Formats: sequence, C-alpha cells, structure tokens
Amino acid sequence: MHELSIVMGIVDIASEEAKRHHAHKIDSIELEIGTMAGVELDALDFAWDVGVKDTLLEHSQRKIETVEAMARCTNCDTVFKVTEPYAPCPMCDNLLLEYLSGKELRVKSLTIS
Amino acid sequence: MCATCGCDHDANVTITKTGETQYKPVKPANLLQIPSPSHHHLPVSKEIQLERDILHKNNLRAKHNREHFRSKHIFSVNLVSSPGSGKTSLLERTLRDLKNEMQFYVIEGDQQTMNDANRIAATGVTAVQINTGKGCHLDADMVHRAIHQLEPAENSVVFIENVGNLVCPAMFDLGENDRVAVISVTEGDDKPIKYPDMFASAELCIINKIDLLPYVNFNVEKAKEYALRVNPNLKFLELSVTSGEGMFYWYRWLKAKAFFCFSTQLQKAG
Repeated sequence: MHELSIVMGIVDIASEEAKRHHAHKIDSIELEIGTMAGVELDALDFAWDVGVKDTLLEHSQRKIETVEAMARCTNCDTVFKVTEPYAPCPMCDNLLLEYLSGKELRVKSLTIS
Repeated sequence: MCATCGCDHDANVTITKTGETQYKPVKPANLLQIPSPSHHHLPVSKEIQLERDILHKNNLRAKHNREHFRSKHIFSVNLVSSPGSGKTSLLERTLRDLKNEMQFYVIEGDQQTMNDANRIAATGVTAVQINTGKGCHLDADMVHRAIHQLEPAENSVVFIENVGNLVCPAMFDLGENDRVAVISVTEGDDKPIKYPDMFASAELCIINKIDLLPYVNFNVEKAKEYALRVNPNLKFLELSVTSGEGMFYWYRWLKAKAFFCFSTQLQKAG
C-alpha cells in the first residue's frame, strides 16, 4: 500500500503548480499510469480520498490514462504488447526485454481556476 | 514525499541513533491547506500541461544520496525482503566477521522499535533507526536524513535494511549502489513470481536458511528459475547465517563490490 505515498506525491506536485499560478481551485487532474508502474488502481482509489482531503485536489475531477506496456525483445527485435508482466517474448521465448512503455507514473495536466 | 501507508503522515517518521532518546518531530505546518479564494479575479479555467513524474522528488533525493556515496567512495546496499527472512541476522554476522577489515554503518528501517538498531549497535557498529510509523517502505528523503545523522566515513560500507515488505520498497530508489533481495527457504519458492518487481530491481538474491532445506518443501532451482524469469541478470548466493555455510561467497561478493568503490579513490590518489 505505497499508493498513499503516490497520492501524496501527486498532491505535492499539483499544489505547488496551483500555487505558482495563484489558482484557488484545481478543477481537474489528469494522470498517466503505466500497467507496469507498480500501482494498483483499486488501491490508488482507496488512498485517493484520504490523501486529497483538505487539499486543493479534494473536489477535483480525476482522469487516469492507462498506458499499455510494450516491450522489444533483445534477441529477435519483436515489439509486442505485454499482457503478463515479465512474460517472455512470444516469438522466441527470450526473457531479456527492453520495456518501451508501461512504467509511466506522471501528472499529465491540471485544469485550474 | 510522505512514506505513508494507510492513514499516516511522515511527521510520524523518527530517525534515532542508538543510545539516543527517540523523539517525535514537530508536525510541520500543513502546506497543502486550501488558500482562501482570491476575491480579485473571476475564476477562469486554465489547463496546464505538466508531464511531471510523480516519483520525481524521491528520485532527485536518491540521486543526491548516490552522489554523496560516490564522492565519499562509499559502497551502499539496500537490503529488501519479507519480514523474517533473516536480514538483521545476516547483518549481525557480517559485521561481526568483517568489522576488522572494513568500516561499516547501518541504517535500520522498521515501523516501530529500536530493536534492530540495538542489535546492530551490540556488534560495535554505528547504526541509526528509522521508524516509519505506519509507513511500509523507506524513501530517499528518510535515508538522506539518516546519512546526516550517521556521517559515514570515506571508504566505508553503508547497509540500509529496508522495512520487511516485498511490494512497496521496490518502487523507491534510495540512492544505493546495489539492491540485494533476501528470501529464506521457509518461504514459498514461488515468491519471485508472486512479487516480481522486487526481484526485477535487485542485483543479487540471497537464499538464506539453507541449513533448513532437509525439513522444508523449498526447491532452490525452481526459485532461481522463477527469479530469472523476471530478471535474467540476477545473481544468486545460497547461504545459512546460522551454520555459516556459504557466507564466504557473500563476503567475497561484498568485498569485491566495496573495494571497487574504494579503488576509485586510490586511483585518484595514485
């Protein structure tokens, strides 16, 4: 349950940015979370309400863009969608993969007023 | 960043050197409170593109720690495992066996108590205890504060014993040189595929308590095969802290790594 730490990180980023723009309200926040980022969306949901309480994000609309994990096999160069984390290359069974996406954990944008 | 897990705040994190009294830091003023609405402007919505990494702050602090270790030619190890796999016992024995050859410092992470730091202090090695309160992992900022309490000397080894947990510590870079995952044969041999992130980010996997192999249903080869699935570069050491079997190879790994860090200094001096 490190998801509350993640929420606190999001609150920090959003609050700093809102303060920098002298905003008094964050209408919405857009997050980008990869399927291999190590974040459980259910746990994030649970942590969200606790983490954003009494902050500018308390009443904000939250959008989550999920980023699919993609990998390139270092043996046969096949690029494929990772359906099971750390599974081998579907073409040659090689385990040494270069992950092209899926580890994103970012605040993409904010709408402030 | 707060190392919270459930309902806490990092104001409850304490960092205490052995022999000192534990103290609770004063809770900082809440910087996240809602400022009173400005009455000068009518609200106008504005979208800001950020693309900001959520772990950015932790990663920056980890980079700072890493730079500190590098400038002082310190070899640092982040020990991760589930509770009860024998991290503290491994450290105790290592420190007793090697403290005359190298200088060691230990940062202990637990939710509560000074127990582990006191066990380390009994070996004669300086230790600080980080109590994370309800937190389930150490983060780079806690380690940064602990380093400043410890003030490790140049050409030394710093062990960071993380909170016993195979999930959360995987995400948080502390600035260490190497991450070492410990599993014991009293656990399931499928731990590496049940908790892949921890094994994916480790350099070395220690399989501890091998003296108990005749009594438990743990298949060492299967555990290694599972771990290699998530991290084909992972190295393994099988040992028993209790019987001492295999400790020689751990010491050889540790010395080789540490002396490599120290030698960058010697090359400069030479």
